[in-house]
Amino acid sequence: MKKFLSPVIVGLALLTAVAGCDKKEEATAANSPIKIGIAGAFAGDLAPYGIPQKNTINLAVEEINAAGGVLGRQIEIYAEDDACKPETATNVASKLIGEGVVAVIGHTCSGATIAAMSVYRDADIPVISSSATSPALTLGGQNPKFFRTIPHDKAQAELQTKFIVEHLKAKRVAVVHDKGDYGKGLAVLVKEGLEQAGVEIILFEGITPGAVDYSALIRKIARAKPDVIAFGGYHPEGSKIVSQARKKGLKTPFVSGDGLKDPSFIKIAGKYAEGYYVSSPADISTIAKTKEVTAQLKERGQQPGNFGLQTHAAITALVNAIEKAGSTDSDKLAAALRSNTVATTLGDISFDERGDVIGSGFSMYIVKNGDWVTVNY
Amino acid sequence: MQALNESGSFFLELFFSGLTRGSIYALIALGYTMVYGIIGLINFAHGEIYMIGAFVGLTVAGILSILQFNLIAILVLAALFAMVYAAAYGYTIEKVAYKPLRGSTRLAPLISAIGMSMFLREYVILAQTPDFVSFPALTEGLFDLGAFSSMIQPTELVILIFSFLMMAGLFILIKKTKIGKAMRAISQDREMAMLLGVNSDRMISLTFMIGSALAAFGAILISAHVGQINYNIGFVVGIKAFTAAVLGGIGSIPGAALGGIILGLTESFATGYVSSDYEDVFAFGILVLILIFKPAGILGKSTTEKV
Repeated sequence: MKKFLSPVIVGLALLTAVAGCDKKEEATAANSPIKIGIAGAFAGDLAPYGIPQKNTINLAVEEINAAGGVLGRQIEIYAEDDACKPETATNVASKLIGEGVVAVIGHTCSGATIAAMSVYRDADIPVISSSATSPALTLGGQNPKFFRTIPHDKAQAELQTKFIVEHLKAKRVAVVHDKGDYGKGLAVLVKEGLEQAGVEIILFEGITPGAVDYSALIRKIARAKPDVIAFGGYHPEGSKIVSQARKKGLKTPFVSGDGLKDPSFIKIAGKYAEGYYVSSPADISTIAKTKEVTAQLKERGQQPGNFGLQTHAAITALVNAIEKAGSTDSDKLAAALRSNTVATTLGDISFDERGDVIGSGFSMYIVKNGDWVTVNY
Repeated sequence: MQALNESGSFFLELFFSGLTRGSIYALIALGYTMVYGIIGLINFAHGEIYMIGAFVGLTVAGILSILQFNLIAILVLAALFAMVYAAAYGYTIEKVAYKPLRGSTRLAPLISAIGMSMFLREYVILAQTPDFVSFPALTEGLFDLGAFSSMIQPTELVILIFSFLMMAGLFILIKKTKIGKAMRAISQDREMAMLLGVNSDRMISLTFMIGSALAAFGAILISAHVGQINYNIGFVVGIKAFTAAVLGGIGSIPGAALGGIILGLTESFATGYVSSDYEDVFAFGILVLILIFKPAGILGKSTTEKV
């Protein structure tokens, strides 16, 4: 076994060494490609969010390159998988910086983005996320060159609060979260909003993602008899909780954020998902460019997913900024991102001083007959 | 039913929910404790065997439901297939990852176990899917509990009954049969048992197979109750079951069962009466307390190391 393996290992090592040399030899001439990094969950259980992001970027970049690139240079994409893990995200960030990228689109999850933030700040690299919605990312101001094409959770929490108070007319609400940056962050904002509106919070608890079951918590909630259950977290835990609650005979409506608005939520929770409310970025399917991108993705057998269109907008805004700035200099890029309005799959968007998107908002959806339907209220 | 007051019935609900969870921990903890008892190794790949058992069960149930078998036949066949398959995995893992390291330092098989656990997880991601997949509710229609269903769900009752039956079967196997006698002999003194004609390699393989089959059985029951599985379900369960095994006294079979139940009840009551935020705090707090007062676990034998 050992004798057989060692030539193989040596061969592999040689191969990687050769491949390594090739990359270093690239000239930094004026017509060399512009390197853009993308980072997110491209494997693991949150891959349904990350893979459409990668696909839409590839689509947009192929189109731009076919039309002659930007500033006469081609765009080259470097994709790195962080599996939404904060500890991996910092490594991914360093790796991308090592590759010499001028900007990064990503990361998929808030926790990973927060972890990688200081690495990008120290390297002075602009970052545009299309799905990290934790308010701290922009409101905290750790990285003045952070932008996002998705509104942050505070806007989402305000909409959820309004919906729970005005539409569902709830007086007593149970708030549950998954202890993560995104889930707990959103849950805290919803709780504060509801308290201000005079709604009684009868329970505010975190669950351990991956636990065997949640039956003890569900029994506790059933006993407290809330009018509404607000859950902050992602779809795997969401589908587990709602299935177990419905099996237990609990009919209380659930309200969650965009972390649950994923086709796999409905696929797994099945009939138990019916009537589940979520807040998620507003319907943009009527915008001409969105239709075009969705159709192109369909031709390739791909879906825009939950954040694909936001990601398309991010790469469009970035390429537009490179063009307007006339260079890939970090300061000029950031200034160009702030000062220009660009037509994207989200409509005409620009970024405010903190880096939050202007021109894109949230709406409420409900699961009806196995599909997401916009709620008008 | 009506006679019970509201807080009394809430207590019972929490009790059953903890008992259900605890009996699953116990089933899996048996695998850890049996392997430790016989060769002094902590098999960290045990949680992954649990996960693979769930995937095999899902595949078999899928095929059989296309062939329109009835629900009970699907459940029995899926559980049998999963147990046989998991036993084969347990056997192979022992032969590939642990047996070549027998007689080397104590740390070597431990590292090998951690590597095996990672390998199996990545293997399932590549061979199956990284996504969550839904698991059919095989055990839902087995019982109609009527008014008592608010106390304990049918799927939970199935878990309770079957895991207790399995554990009882195992106790009989260990205490009353020749195989059990051989296993106990090896765990007491392997060399002496071999001198007296016990085939220790075969008994060790058998231990791995039995532990793996029990884990797969637990996986089918809990997956049918929860309704979804992915490649990572063995991780948290594995850690909790390991905790249960240590709590009850690692190496002791009744200890593993007791440890599982205690852990499940602690978690359930912590969630019900304090907050689910502190579920793990209480679970591991109990572990620390017991290890302070009984370092070998509740039913563990404290052996003094001879120098």
